[in-house]
Amino acid sequence: MEDKEIVKLGILETLELIKSQTITSEYLTRLYLSQIEKYNYKNALLEVFDDAITRAKEIDEKIKSGQKVGKLAGLCFVIKDNMLYKGKKATCASKFLENFVSPYTATAVQKLLDEDAVIIGRANMDEFAMGGSNENSAYGNCKNAFSDEHVSGGSSGGSAVAVACNMCVASLGSDTGGSVRQPSSFNGVCGVKPTYGRISRFGIVAFASSLEQVGPITKNVKDNAYLLEILAGFDIHDQTTRREEVPNYLDSMSNGVKGMKLCYCKQLIEKYKDSKYYSKFYDVINFFVENGATVDEIDIKNIELALPTYYIIATAEATSNLGRFDGVKYTTRTCSSSDIKKLYVESRTAGFGDEVKRRIMLGNYVLSSGYFDAYYNKAKKVQQYISNSLNKVFDDYDAMIMPVAYGEAFKIGEKSKDPVSMYLEDMFTVIANIAGVPAMSVPYGFGVNNLPLGLQILTKNLCESKMYTIANFVEENYKGGMHD
Amino acid sequence: MTNSNYDIVIGLEIHAELNTKTKVFCGCQNKFGQEPNSNCCPVCVGMPGALPVLNKEALKLAIKAGLACDCKINDYAVFERKNYFYPDLSKAYQISQLVKPICIGGFIELESGKKIRLNRIHLEEDAGKLTHQLNDTHIDYNRGGVPLIECVTEPDISSADEALEFLQKLRNRFIFADIAHCKMEQGGMRCDVNLSIKPKGSTVFGTRTEMKNLNSFKSVAHAIEYEAKRQIEEIEKGNKIIQETRKWDDDSGISSSMRSKEDSQDYRYFPDPDLLTIEVEPSVVESIRSNMPLLQEQRIQIYSEEYNLPTSDINILVNSKLVSDYFDNAVKLLNEPKEIANWIITELLKQDVSEKMPISEQKFTQIINLSLTKKITRSNAKILLENIIQTNADVMETAKQLEMLGDISKEDIESIVINLISENEKAVADYEKTPDKVVQFFIGNVMKQTKGRANAAMARDIIIAKLQNK
Repeated sequence: MEDKEIVKLGILETLELIKSQTITSEYLTRLYLSQIEKYNYKNALLEVFDDAITRAKEIDEKIKSGQKVGKLAGLCFVIKDNMLYKGKKATCASKFLENFVSPYTATAVQKLLDEDAVIIGRANMDEFAMGGSNENSAYGNCKNAFSDEHVSGGSSGGSAVAVACNMCVASLGSDTGGSVRQPSSFNGVCGVKPTYGRISRFGIVAFASSLEQVGPITKNVKDNAYLLEILAGFDIHDQTTRREEVPNYLDSMSNGVKGMKLCYCKQLIEKYKDSKYYSKFYDVINFFVENGATVDEIDIKNIELALPTYYIIATAEATSNLGRFDGVKYTTRTCSSSDIKKLYVESRTAGFGDEVKRRIMLGNYVLSSGYFDAYYNKAKKVQQYISNSLNKVFDDYDAMIMPVAYGEAFKIGEKSKDPVSMYLEDMFTVIANIAGVPAMSVPYGFGVNNLPLGLQILTKNLCESKMYTIANFVEENYKGGMHD
Repeated sequence: MTNSNYDIVIGLEIHAELNTKTKVFCGCQNKFGQEPNSNCCPVCVGMPGALPVLNKEALKLAIKAGLACDCKINDYAVFERKNYFYPDLSKAYQISQLVKPICIGGFIELESGKKIRLNRIHLEEDAGKLTHQLNDTHIDYNRGGVPLIECVTEPDISSADEALEFLQKLRNRFIFADIAHCKMEQGGMRCDVNLSIKPKGSTVFGTRTEMKNLNSFKSVAHAIEYEAKRQIEEIEKGNKIIQETRKWDDDSGISSSMRSKEDSQDYRYFPDPDLLTIEVEPSVVESIRSNMPLLQEQRIQIYSEEYNLPTSDINILVNSKLVSDYFDNAVKLLNEPKEIANWIITELLKQDVSEKMPISEQKFTQIINLSLTKKITRSNAKILLENIIQTNADVMETAKQLEMLGDISKEDIESIVINLISENEKAVADYEKTPDKVVQFFIGNVMKQTKGRANAAMARDIIIAKLQNK
């Protein structure tokens, strides 16, 4: 097989090459390194780890000597820059953590390492995962894999572009309001936000703790299912992880959608009807019906409140989570004053970007006395309402479908001056975070600008297998799936 | 207070560090006096990505504290984040409880019969410690994450004396129930005072101030007296009391304003999304209740009513939980409470018992029993006790080695006395002049030869009989 074909392969196929000793992990790692050299002008990776080759050699040694190796032996992964990997920098694409070296390893990253993966670098993102275009990175934006004029999406833009540009076999992102699914949609890859609590958050720099999950970004659906099984599970370091047994997602995927009951939400799709992308969505509904599924239109009143609810809860938690970045322990201290308040103000003014500051102020506002009940408490009630509504839907339906975003990747700079239009981008994705249910983006063709589009599939809590079944069927059978 | 035209209204907030092995949200040791920053991990220094995991032992102790103060234990409780910036607070928020604390209500009854009601007891984490030096400030995060309970009273206290009595009783309950060591000098117990005054009999509360930095019971009392006097003087002058936080300075004996209500922090409390709602099973509460050690008041009652100990002895025994526990254990081994109390007070409390008792209850009661059953004499028992305290050796072995065991018969004593008389003509001659001194001289020698085993009374009778027969 030619080198340029090897880097396009997914996890399962590449693993075969490694295990059969057709290629070594070192060889594979070098292939990705040359891909990175060629494509990282897009700014997907903030750092390529210099010990990747050494680690690949160690795993090759293990394979050669016939030792038992892990389920990701010798494969190369990229992690988002908000994930701790001991001894490596984790900056969250912020100036604040410019020099922060991880003192321990995140559980999700450790699970990759335990299966003998090679972690090749850390991926660009919106600062502290706040944003949907990667334009909020303190280290420059990341360009779309398909177009240098368009955004990669965000916040896990670098993670998605790294997979799409074959700089790695798969990557990890984190999804607080769509940060895995939206860039996956924009770059034609598969991105999953699992059920809340399925993957440990230990060692992931927190943005909005009650909403976020680590999510795998892969080249195909089966890879994603395979990777999620490795990442998921109870973690003694994270009380919010779920104790339910992790299924073998690959084996529990079934064939086809025949007999499945699918639905879409009237209130959400109505707003989409004028869109030039609506016909794409309409086509895929027909596709499901042709293949034996039913697709019903259902009512969920006030579901559009998910968006303001999301921005209240997320900013409230972010305000608190980011308080520790006060200039005492992190960032270069520029303030020479002995006045502690001045140290805080100067450090935070210099260290955070505009979007982070905006959200910190919003969060403080919604938590402050006199406003707490009107905003935070009300948002928690609406969250409960939306969560209950969705659970009720999933009593009757196998899955809910909707677009991931309004359309294709937008142009760099197009929305960065207008935060509200940027926030509106998250309408379809925040629902799964607010309700805690699993959701994924699977590529289903291209838009008017010939950039990828993702279909979003939501299922009941812990029913990722069903989500993968549907996504896999789309991937394998829907015309206008992935480009070559 | 001297001015009888006013009522003083006091509420207290007491923090106590819990006796757990590890910190409240991580596995670091809960230990005082370590090398600065040597007892920390990513969780308790608030590293990015670190998450708290609740220490169940801390939760149990908080429930126990509630039970010790007759609180109601809530069937669920929620941790919230109290957000504020301070360099000793590594995450810029403290994990605490606001809306749903673990314990609510409760009371402590003073000797007068007055009940001081509690509003709540909740569980939270301690912050680190700042040390200010001439040109810089050092932060030690060892204390960060140590489990604390905060106990808030209703404004039921009306004098410094009542405040002190309440604090003593609360402290004793925490100590006797193994909840907290309450060593104020180590910061193991801290107290803030809320105080206001009102015209005598009025039902309307005055404006209150809060006083912080009270490092001993003495400073609590001083601060209350000072603040009540200050407020009365202000009112008498026609001034208004400003709602503010005041800092007590122990050395100068005065308090000064730290910040007014306008500058007070908005803590922006909200439920901590990293921690689950605590669900308290009734069975857990019951098991804590049934394993509750006896509190000081309960012990006083038993010592007095069941053991008939004099009040002075009881006060000594219950002054320290260590001594009281030791006494209780010893009585379980040897049902002679009076004798054991005497031995503890006269013999063991000579030693340093601040950290531990000098001898095990088993050995201690074994020695007392040897004396009570007259296997050895009382004075030998004391020598034996001192010996065992030094060596921690086996009691019977040591008694044998010291030749304390074995009876000395009347015949044996008679033959020793006969010998002594024949060997000490001068003493015999002095008997007429100084009989007591001579008898004492012979008793001493009999004891010496028998290694103290002889019955002294018996020896005395024999000696007098022989001397008079001369």
